[in-house]
Amino acid sequence: MEVLLGITGKDFTLIACSKAAMRGATILKASDDKTRSLNKHTLMAFSGEAGDTIQFAEYIQANAQLYSMRNGTDLSPSALAHFIRGELASSLRSRKPYNVNLLLGGFDPITGKPSLYWMDYLAALTAAPYAAHGYAQYYCLSILDKHHNPNIDFEQGMKVLRMCTDELKRRLPIDFKGMLVKVIDKDGIREVEYNDDARIACP
Amino acid sequence: MSRRYDSRTTIFSPEGRLYQVEYALEAISLAGTALGILAKDGIVLAAERKVTSKLLEQDTSAEKLYILNDNMICAVAGMTADANILINYARQAAQKYLLTYNEDIPCEQLVRRLCDLKQGYTQHGGLRPFGVSFIYAGYDPQRQFQLYQSNPSGNYGGWKATSVGANNASAQSLLKQDYKEDCDLKEACGMAVKVLSKTMDSTKLSSEKIEFATVGKTKDGRIYHHLWGADEITTLLKEHGLAKEDTNADDKIVS
Repeated sequence: MEVLLGITGKDFTLIACSKAAMRGATILKASDDKTRSLNKHTLMAFSGEAGDTIQFAEYIQANAQLYSMRNGTDLSPSALAHFIRGELASSLRSRKPYNVNLLLGGFDPITGKPSLYWMDYLAALTAAPYAAHGYAQYYCLSILDKHHNPNIDFEQGMKVLRMCTDELKRRLPIDFKGMLVKVIDKDGIREVEYNDDARIACP
Repeated sequence: MSRRYDSRTTIFSPEGRLYQVEYALEAISLAGTALGILAKDGIVLAAERKVTSKLLEQDTSAEKLYILNDNMICAVAGMTADANILINYARQAAQKYLLTYNEDIPCEQLVRRLCDLKQGYTQHGGLRPFGVSFIYAGYDPQRQFQLYQSNPSGNYGGWKATSVGANNASAQSLLKQDYKEDCDLKEACGMAVKVLSKTMDSTKLSSEKIEFATVGKTKDGRIYHHLWGADEITTLLKEHGLAKEDTNADDKIVS
């Protein structure tokens, strides 16, 4: 019951993921970070099979950093998305494929545009204005359908995100221990303070 | 004894030189001139075609200008056969990059890929270096329009205007004289034919003797590259009064 959420606005991309590290029905940790930064302007969030996720994410991270080091420039979010899709697609056709779902949030410093890519373990890639993985899709996409538009500013984005996480708290049967929220904009990637203490009761 | 350091590509001479590389450079300085000029809205490449025989089919293919990629073209000076190998390699590298990243390869990266290959032949024994220099013209979103030159040693550099091949020293000094920092593509084309006309043996040019290509941006912001046809070259030459005089008296040019 891992939650991954991504929302783009007019000059930023938000990535949020649940802080619970789970094994079966047990929560092992309530401060898990399910993201890896690939370069200054691209962040990847992942969920899926426990070992695969970090292994794959760090493999991609290493390759992105190698590219930056060799070429003195960073790969654009779109280039990274297609690179990751290629890697996941070839893994899918191997003897033991990675079972990983991904969200890739980025801000392209050249075009000045934010971007968000959704990718599942079958290496299906879509660019989307907002996206979610797992059960969160059932609860959040409808909220985002109603309240999101591509021109929202950061405050409005956080407001929509709050609506989403409140709904998740209300409806998800297992506590996901709150959300870790990061924003990617022209200045790079940074964590956003996100207060999760409020109790949301189900009617 | 004096040939001791000549025969092997990989051996330094006592003065610290690689003779085979220098001979390759020498071979290039005999080839037809090629030049490139960077303008603010595009790049022009021009090359002298050495006409060997009247019987040779002229317009079947470009001899010295090649398309590498959707955003890059190059001019060749030196051994065309060697160049074909490198161009094929560059095209493959560019397509491979496009396949992995769904984006065109940045210009400098493609140049560096080629130069890494060229460098290999100056270090690994038993083979001769590639006898070609390239001038590359390209565009990428990060660095905009770019002009590069590379040589058999595997060195490359970015330029505003440059030339290779026969008379490249005089072409270079002409370019240095005439180059204006903020010239547009049209002015650059004019400068290119003028420089070529001065460095080539014959003063009057014709479309059979030169090749021309431009990289630029369309009005809607797309990047195009264009290898000029014979009639386009002739028009440009006429514009600058450099065309060979026609036998037909009606369209005689007063220069």
